[in-house]
Amino acid sequence: MSTPIYHHNAGFSFTRVGALILRYTYLLRSSWPRLLELVYWPTVQMLTWGFIQVYVANASGRAAFAAGTLIGAMLLWDVLFRSQLGFSVSFLEEIWARNIGNLLMSPMRPSEFIAALIIMSLVRLAIGLGPVAVMATMFFGFNYFALGISAALFFANLVLTGWAVGLVVSGLVMRHGLGAESLAWTVMFVLLPLTAVYYPVTVLPAWLQPIAWCLPPTYVFEGLRALLIDHNLRLDLMAEAFALNVGLFALAILAFRILLEKAREAGSLMQMGE
Amino acid sequence: MAENAPPAIEIDRLEKRYGGVPAVRGISFSLAPGEVLGLLGGNGAGKTTTIGMIMGLVLPSAGSVKVFGVDMAKDRYAVLHRMNFESPYVDMPHRLTVRQNLEVFGRLYGIRAIKNRIADLARELHLEDFLDREAGALSAGQKTRVALAKSLINEPDLLLLDEPTASLDPDTADWVRTRLETYRRERGASILLASHNMAEVERLCDRVIIMKAGAIADEGTPKSLIEKYGRHSLEEVFLDVARSPATQGAAA
Repeated sequence: MSTPIYHHNAGFSFTRVGALILRYTYLLRSSWPRLLELVYWPTVQMLTWGFIQVYVANASGRAAFAAGTLIGAMLLWDVLFRSQLGFSVSFLEEIWARNIGNLLMSPMRPSEFIAALIIMSLVRLAIGLGPVAVMATMFFGFNYFALGISAALFFANLVLTGWAVGLVVSGLVMRHGLGAESLAWTVMFVLLPLTAVYYPVTVLPAWLQPIAWCLPPTYVFEGLRALLIDHNLRLDLMAEAFALNVGLFALAILAFRILLEKAREAGSLMQMGE
Repeated sequence: MAENAPPAIEIDRLEKRYGGVPAVRGISFSLAPGEVLGLLGGNGAGKTTTIGMIMGLVLPSAGSVKVFGVDMAKDRYAVLHRMNFESPYVDMPHRLTVRQNLEVFGRLYGIRAIKNRIADLARELHLEDFLDREAGALSAGQKTRVALAKSLINEPDLLLLDEPTASLDPDTADWVRTRLETYRRERGASILLASHNMAEVERLCDRVIIMKAGAIADEGTPKSLIEKYGRHSLEEVFLDVARSPATQGAAA
């Protein structure tokens, strides 16, 4: 028998992860509307909330608004939302292209697929939010990067939540097909009022507050306000958010695997596409 | 191929039910190393579901699928690098060029010298003229050639083909069949071919399984089946089987 032309790696393969990243990079490079879309909405959001903040700060004179809590919260909300969206959309690209069967029939493992989706989520975040963070500094004097270690802690916690939700959405699309596609754009907005993005948790009704504290992003947004208003880095909040996120992410991986098995049971992987 | 090599495919009492509705009813068959086996049947006969279970994309309700001796339900990653497939149920990403698509799949399959492999495939399958064109901009015939290139990227020992020449003009279809014959001859690969084109099956297949309502209605070499049914072609045999209630599950 002749020597195989391939190298078989039975375990986790960074080469296969790299192949998927290459695939998504080619896709982004080939489509300027996709690139424009990444920057467009974050820019619109930033400008809207930036001007609202200027207006409210002038009208009320409250130090909280002057400190940039609204625009800071908006930027962090976009980290949360777009980390999930970046993960889910890369996955949906495979469904839209009717390529998921090719991938699942290849030696690619689900863990490698997930790793590639996570990396692409970060790439899409960098493309979309990097320029917007710079513009927030230029137009409204809010420098996210000046938050230093806090910025990294906020970011890490939010992307973990985003990826967990992205995993579940991707699993649901595998199991139920494109009927579940709209979840990718809508599901995260359930968290918008519950995680107290633009106001303290104490604003919520008493019965809702325990639910809010079950959600990791709540700790991040409270931590942001503590930092901007009181100049206090609440590591306790970050640690609690991280602990919740680890549990959430583990559950999301489990859900993804279960939904993949359910999709194989239902035969839905053979019927994916537009 | 070693004489004691396990069958390329070994299916034992394979069943699939969707919500209690049987799609495949306890079929058993095997595909020997180097053999080309045709899987025939009308729409809804269970061919695609059977291929889906062989690929591991569909979980059996009962029974087992082994590929090169490996149970696909338990350890499919041990053999996926030795397999590949072409199916009308999947597509190549349209926004990527043919070269980019082949590069991505080459890396997924761990191909050592990807550029050389793409050049070889481009030459063998006449892809050179549109190698740098987006896959979505190709004609049906060109897309089929690209899909065939993808399915051969890892020089698979087992090739699963689900209607590889559907919707192709006779000239392109004949060209694809010739490429498959060449590949089988040169590589000694095993091929499972699902097709509605009886002339294609007669030409390519050593043996044929005819499925009906999820069961194996009959099987044999094309010649033996034609003789058995006293017909002139496999198409006539297929029609006899499809229209006869007596053949349902006869050989299952």
